[in-house]
This record gives sequence, structure tokens and C-alpha cells, in this order.
Amino acid sequence: MSVKSLTCIACPVGCQLEVTINGEDITVSGNACNRGPEYAVNELTNPTRVLTTTVAIKDGFLNRLPVNTNMEIPKGLLFEAMEIINKTLVVAPVKVRDVIIKDILGTGADVLASRSMSKK
Amino acid sequence: MRDYEIVVVGGGPAGLAAAIEAKKNGASSILILERDRELGGILQQCIHNGFGLHIFKEQLTGPEYAERFIVEMQEMGIDYMVDTMVLEVGDDKRIHAMNPKEGYFIVQAKAVILSMGCRERTRGAISIPGYRPAGVFTAGTAQRYTNMEGYMPGKKVFILGSGDIGLIMARRMVLEGAEVIGVAEVLPFSGGLKRNIVQCLDDYNIPLYLSHTITEIRGRERLEGITVAKVDENRRPIIGTEKYYECDTLLLSVGLIPENELSRQAGIKINPTTSGPLVNESMETSIEGIFACGNVVHVHDLVDFVTEESRRAGLNAARYVKGELKAEGHSVDTQAGPGIVYIVPSKIRVDNIESSLDLFMRVNNVYHNAKLQLISGGQVFKEYKKKHLAPGEMEKIRLSKKQLQELGNDLQIKVVVEEVV
Amino acid sequence: MYDVVVIGAGIAGTFIARELSRYDLKIAIVEKTNDVANSTTMANSAIIHAGYDAPANKKKGYFNAKGNALYDQVCEELDVPFKRIGSLVVAFSEEDKITLQKLYDNGVEVGVPDMEILNQEQVLAMEPNLNQEILGALHAPSGGVISPWEMAIALAENAMENGAELFLNKEVKDMKKDDDKFTLYFEDGTMEAKYVINCAGLYSDKINNMVAAPLFEIKPRRGQYYILDKSEGNLVSKVIFQCPSEKGKGILVSPTVHGNLLVGPDSEPINNRDDISTSRDALDMIRETALLTCKNIPYGKVIRSFSGVRSTADYGDFIIGESPEVKGLINIGGFESPGLSSAPAVANYVVDLMKQITGGLTEKADFNPRRRPFIRFEELPEDEKAELVRKDPKYGRVICRCEVITEGEIVDAIHRKAGATTVKGVKKRTRAGMGRCQGGFCSPRVVEILARELKCDVKDIKLDGPSSYILSDRTKNVEE
Repeated sequence: MSVKSLTCIACPVGCQLEVTINGEDITVSGNACNRGPEYAVNELTNPTRVLTTTVAIKDGFLNRLPVNTNMEIPKGLLFEAMEIINKTLVVAPVKVRDVIIKDILGTGADVLASRSMSKK
Repeated sequence: MRDYEIVVVGGGPAGLAAAIEAKKNGASSILILERDRELGGILQQCIHNGFGLHIFKEQLTGPEYAERFIVEMQEMGIDYMVDTMVLEVGDDKRIHAMNPKEGYFIVQAKAVILSMGCRERTRGAISIPGYRPAGVFTAGTAQRYTNMEGYMPGKKVFILGSGDIGLIMARRMVLEGAEVIGVAEVLPFSGGLKRNIVQCLDDYNIPLYLSHTITEIRGRERLEGITVAKVDENRRPIIGTEKYYECDTLLLSVGLIPENELSRQAGIKINPTTSGPLVNESMETSIEGIFACGNVVHVHDLVDFVTEESRRAGLNAARYVKGELKAEGHSVDTQAGPGIVYIVPSKIRVDNIESSLDLFMRVNNVYHNAKLQLISGGQVFKEYKKKHLAPGEMEKIRLSKKQLQELGNDLQIKVVVEEVV
Repeated sequence: MYDVVVIGAGIAGTFIARELSRYDLKIAIVEKTNDVANSTTMANSAIIHAGYDAPANKKKGYFNAKGNALYDQVCEELDVPFKRIGSLVVAFSEEDKITLQKLYDNGVEVGVPDMEILNQEQVLAMEPNLNQEILGALHAPSGGVISPWEMAIALAENAMENGAELFLNKEVKDMKKDDDKFTLYFEDGTMEAKYVINCAGLYSDKINNMVAAPLFEIKPRRGQYYILDKSEGNLVSKVIFQCPSEKGKGILVSPTVHGNLLVGPDSEPINNRDDISTSRDALDMIRETALLTCKNIPYGKVIRSFSGVRSTADYGDFIIGESPEVKGLINIGGFESPGLSSAPAVANYVVDLMKQITGGLTEKADFNPRRRPFIRFEELPEDEKAELVRKDPKYGRVICRCEVITEGEIVDAIHRKAGATTVKGVKKRTRAGMGRCQGGFCSPRVVEILARELKCDVKDIKLDGPSSYILSDRTKNVEE
């Protein structure tokens, strides 16, 4: 059995949740509403995040193009995803939501341009 | 000299939303003047997501949010100039501006919308002792270098201040390969959103030191390290609690200040609490026909609130040009009571309200299970139960026209405490 | 072989080099840092003192009032902002009033013009924001405010236009004198000179000691300051001093020449001559003490605090003159306050001294006392602004929004003689980054302009000294 504490971010109240894990059995306390347990279970079993960062762009209005994954990817893969993104070079012009990297790390998530960028 | 019905000073989210709304409400000629090289303002460097939940019902990045407004504005045929600095706004609504292409020029407007945004508080403003080396950046400057220009400000980073930009930058620096060794916050609570503390600090095991500040900066040329100490309840460092951290970069996220040099020059009355213009229900300043919206009025935490407020400014600037704004009639002065730092607007001319009005306010402390109490003419008019109130989270109260009509000439809002944390 | 090598490009070195550049001399200025005016000249009270408190029997008293009188002309010639706003020394007690009288009497002796002692009513009429308990004041209308680094930069530029050579990053490691010539040793070579003028400020004793027996020792004293936003620059209209004490001229409150408000300094003996750090204790003490002058100093509007180190000598006065031991070595040592105020008179004195030593100097026919005017965009009338932007569009792009500094001004500051090579260099010359946002918005743009104009990589641009890099690396690891 292990006990973990985490801050619920389902809403701005930010309840301090206490999560007790007993094998398959997860119990949550400290939550003020029923969104708390759902958040806690997700966080402890399969935490995911949207990755927002930049890629290098050639001939662009700026030196860097902001990008984001179009869905959450496993938190544990963020740095691996960064390695791939950091090696990527795109060429201006780019339209917002253009796919920059397809299905990154087999997560099913695409890395998209989060703005349009014209040539310099 | 050129003539426009409405000139908007600043093409960030506030200016864009105001211009679009003015156009939708019948203003025929609108000009946006933007000092940066492109429209969108600070959103262009805020590449993280989480923008737009209220307005677009989805999570957008800053640039994406800006782009939606830029595209809409361009499609509507609103004029704009970038790389253009406004040097003076006269109370006669003559605007002096210049850019390299057009040179120095004057525009005559019928109405002006001020949306210059805000700037970051600096090290100087908080007088951190020690040396003054390279490597000390405001978080926003570092954000611009990292996200737009593609340069790293340093490799080993400490952050002072737990405002949202500081938290967001902690994550950015880590993702880009830097080491972030900690965040110090002088207050006993963070001014940033909970979500950012979890996803930007906790996710990367970055410690947050509440009630701590920096007492010394070392390094004659480039930053070499900082001393962090605990503070007492008066925010004074406690001797004996100092700890030295080696780092080459210090990011400051210690507050934002509305940028009102043009407003002051024009003679607009400034609220000393917000450092922004005093505005009425129409977002009109103390000078008739000059409106203000967004972070130039008060610092917001959510761009969606900026957009809503700016739409109100745009709508009313258009109504002003058409002669539809009423200066007379039933008017209510708002007053920040105990627990409330400020309320925007400061004056409500009820006849100008179409259906409802949003009041924006900030509280001075963290409260749990409290009430926001509205008092008019000495009587409690309405109460809102609040599970959670915090200075970092702006509160919004919507009053219908009918409710406003029931008010006397004053409206005080205060926090009624059941439990202070 | 140079006729004259001036060591140190602070206010003393640049003034002397400029005055000597009137004559047919081959002059070098060697400066150990990477810019002119980078040490004491950069961080001080920036005041041209009237001279009443410099004792008549000392060199300080001899030079101060004379130097003060020379500032109008040199500032006009070199287009350097200088405002003779006058100064007040305020009295809070009967004892202070006696001090005022003593200062007045000394001022008369050293030649300070137009002084008067004011009663309470007169003081408060002149400066309504002062503490209402002030009993009286000594008013010296000849006191003024200046930007010392802009002065030194202008002098260096003008000296160079008249043939002097400036060598930056050139630290004198050693010096020898044999027969009629000095040899100066640097990390990257040597230089020979007939005469050496030691204007090395905080290190002037060390330079002297390279060739001569110790004559004086620098016992550095640090002073700390607050700078307030321009919105507060009219809190007082004159330089307001509290009564002087042994430690210095006392805490002052003053508008700066550019319209900010300056509060400080303290005077603290320190061991490390390069210790320009600030400390909480000193800043707190200054904050409290200055409130005696003016109860409503709006410290919420502080935009920067800084400190500077004065080259105080154990000698109790300036050391000015030829070394008694080593002919041809002229020392300017212990040049603490009122060094800045005295500098023009000291420079003239050194010229006379050089005439004596050399048996006469030949004036250049083509000496130009003026430098190309420095365009300060914000100060121009509307039509001239418009005309300027038409001629050069770079003046139509505002880079520093707080101080309204255009790209044109920054580019000019980079390409002038003794031009800017660092972000701080640009700030010193143009004021970009000196305003309320302290470079938050403009520094990335300034870095970009510097890299473009100096044809180097953005990453190579420094804030100030050679190790003060601003950016550590590019993000991403792709070939761009």
C-alpha cells in the first residue's frame, strides 16, 4: 500500500488530494467534487500532457516556429519527443495547423504548427 | 493628416478584439497602430496552450489565439500598421506616430482605444542587492529570446516570483535542456495558476520555495550565483536562513505594470491601485471618447477576459462615434471594500448597459469558503458564495441591467470571511 | 613611440587626452576595460559641484570651482547635456547653520559665484517638497548635473577625431622607465612613450608603483544609489545635500540631467576595488536618511539601484603633478569627488605642466573642438523629426520605448569613434535600456542591432565586460 498526495487541477480550487493505492484499488480523499478522483486516477495510472515547444525554421519571419502536439501524449515521453522535435528543420512559409511531425513516437499525436509564418 | 473614426493604440489581443467589435458595431474606419514587427502582442511569445477555453471552447496556444483574431481583423478590412510607435495621444484625439516607411505622421480620430498592455517589473523595482551582471532577465524577455529568437538565456536557472510567466518559463527552460534549480516566492502563496504549478514545476520536480526571496546576486560580469533566504511576515529576510545556489541565469517574474505613459501624457486619470486608467462601464477613461482595455487597464490572468473586456471597449467606442453613449442618467460608483483590491469599472452609467455588465475584481488574500458581498445604499444587495478566492485569480461578477437599475448611487463589494487560510 | 600615453579612459584620462589633442603630439589612451567611462566615471553622483566645500588650502579647493566654470563651454562644444540647476545644502539644526556659514566662507575664498544663505521660508518657496522642518540652506546656483559617462565618451571621441588613438582591453601589466622613455607592457605586446599620464583611477597607485616608490595608496570607498522613474524627476529642482560630514558630502536628492531622480550615496570603505555590489543595509540606510531631506520620496518608483567605487587616496587630497622621482610621469591620483567637477581645470593644468616639461607644445592648426552633433530624436521639434525620418528611416523605428530611442541613434552610437560595442555601451551613449523597463523590451533588439552593425554573431554580444555574455546558446540542434 502506498499513499501519494497531489494537487487537483480540474478547477482553480486546487484540492490537496490524498491517494491510497492498494494494488488495483485506488481510493482518493481530500476532493471537494467528483472530478477529483477521476483526475487522480488518470495522473497515477497514465499521466499525459500536451507538449508545446518550437522548431527551427529556415527563411522564416522569426527564427523559431511554435508547435504543439494535437493531443496529450504520455508524460514520460516528453523529453524523447523533444529530441525528435529539436532535430527538425522546417522551411517557411508555414500555415497554422500544418503537420510538422506525423504520429510522433507512435503516440498517434501529430506535432502541428501553432501559427502561420511567412518568409522573411 | 489622416482621419479615422477609431484609432487603436496597440495590436495585441486587447486591441484586436476591440477593433473587430467596433467594426461589427458599425464603425467604418479603424486603424490599429502596433509598435512590434507583427500583430498579436505578447501572445506571440506565449507558445504554451490553455488559451481560449471561454471564448473558443478549446485550448489554443498564444500564437494560435492571436492568429484567429488577426485573420478575422484582416478579413474585415481593418487598417493596421506594424513597426509603428505612437509618440503622443492628445486629449483632442490627435495621435502622433511614426514608422520607418511612413515617417512621422498625425492621425485625427473621433475615438481612441488604448490597448498598450503592460510591462514586467524589474530587478531595479524590487532592489535586489548585489552585483548587476548579465544573466538576470525578466521572465518575459527570456521567453522572447527562447521562443521567438531561438536563443537560450543560460543553462542553470533560478526563478524569482511564481507568477504564471515564471512558472511557464521554468518548464520551457527544462524542455529546452536547461536545469531549473528552484522558484522562490516572497508571498506565502503563489500568484500563479494551480495548473501551472502542477504542470510546470511538480512535473519536473522543481522546488517552489514560498516565503523566500533573493538577498544577494553574485557575479561581476555573468551571474554566478544567488543567495535565497526565508522572509518573515513583513517580507524581510530572516538572518540565518540564507542558502547559496550556483546558477548562471536568474529569471524574474515579480509582477506586471500597466504601461500608461501615453495615458498619463494625455491627462487621463490613473487608478493608483491598478496603475491603469479609471474606466466606466463602457471602458471609457476620464477623457470622453478615449477608451482603454486589456492589461493597460488592469493586469488579467486570462486572455479570454481581456477579449471580453476589449469587445466592450470596441462596442462602446463605436457607439460613442455614433453619438449613442449617454453621459447622464443613473450612475453608480463602485468601491473596493475590505478584502477587495480594486474593481473595474469604477463607474457604471446604467443607461448604457444593454443586457448585463461584468465587474472584474481582485481579492487581497487567499480565502476559503468566503462570500463576495455587494452593498448598495448601506443594504446588502447580493452575496456570492466562494469556495476559493485568491489574489492570483481575478473574480468576475455579472450583473443584469435589471439588477443594476435596482442599485443606488454606490456599490461596494467586500469579502466576508468565514475562514482565512 | 608615442609622445604621450594616457592610462585610463575615465573622466580624467579623456579630459586630459582631449586637451592635449590640441597640440602636435602623438597620443594613445590605453584602457583596461572594453569601453570608455566604465568604472568610477560610470557610477557616481553625476554632479558638477559648485566648490564651496572643497577646502581652499587643498588641490580640491584649487580646482573645483575653476573646473565648474569651464563646463558650459566644453559641453556646448561637444554636445553633452549639462544643466546648471544649482544646489542647496540644507540645515536641520543650529549646528548645521554654522556649517552653512563655514561652507559659504570657504566658497567665497575658492571663488564660488553668487552663493546665498536662505532662510526657511526662502528654501521652501524654492523647493516646496522638502522637509518642512528645514531651517535654512546654502544656495549655490553654479552647481549642476551632467552625465559623466556621456562627457567622457564625447571627450574620447573628440580626442580621436583630433588624432589621439584609443586602445580598449589594454591593461598595463607593467611599466619600465629607462633613459628618456617609458615601456608599457600589455598581455599582447608593448608600447613606448616619452610621457605617461596616470589616470588609472582606482589603480592609479599601482601604476605609479610600477616605476616609482609608493606615493599614495588608494583606499576605495563605495557609494550606493537609487534611481527613480522620470515621472519623479521634478520632486526637487536642485541638487539637495544634507550637511557634509567626514564621510562625504552627505546623502543627496537630485534630478539627473535626463530627468530621473537620484538618491544617495553612502560612503563605505571596502577592500576590493572592483566591488560594485549593492547591499541591503546600505540601501536601507540611504532610503531612511534621504527621507529627512524629503519626506515623500516615492520609493515605489525606483527603477534601479547601483553602486560605484571612489578612488579615495590615503593622502587626503588629489595627487596631481609630475612624479618627484620619475620625470615624465604625471600622476592624477586620489581623484574622488570633486574630481568630475575639477576635471576640466585639471586637464588645463596638465597641459601647462606638459608645456613646462617639454619646453613648449605646438598647437595644431586643424584642431576641431566640436564633434558631430549627437541626434537625440525625442528632443527634436516635430518638423525636424519628420525630416530626419525622411532622410534616414532608421530614425523612424523606436527601439527603446521608455526613453524613446530610435534605431538611428543606436546605429550612430555604434559607428562613432569610441563607439559602442556592448549593450551597456549602447545604453551609456543613447539611454536605450535606461528607462523604467530597464531594457526588458529593447535589449533583444539592441543585441540584434549590435550583431548586425558589428558583423558578428548574436551570441557574441556582451552586456558589458568580456565574460558578460547574454545568451548561452541557440535552442535546437539543427544546422541553420
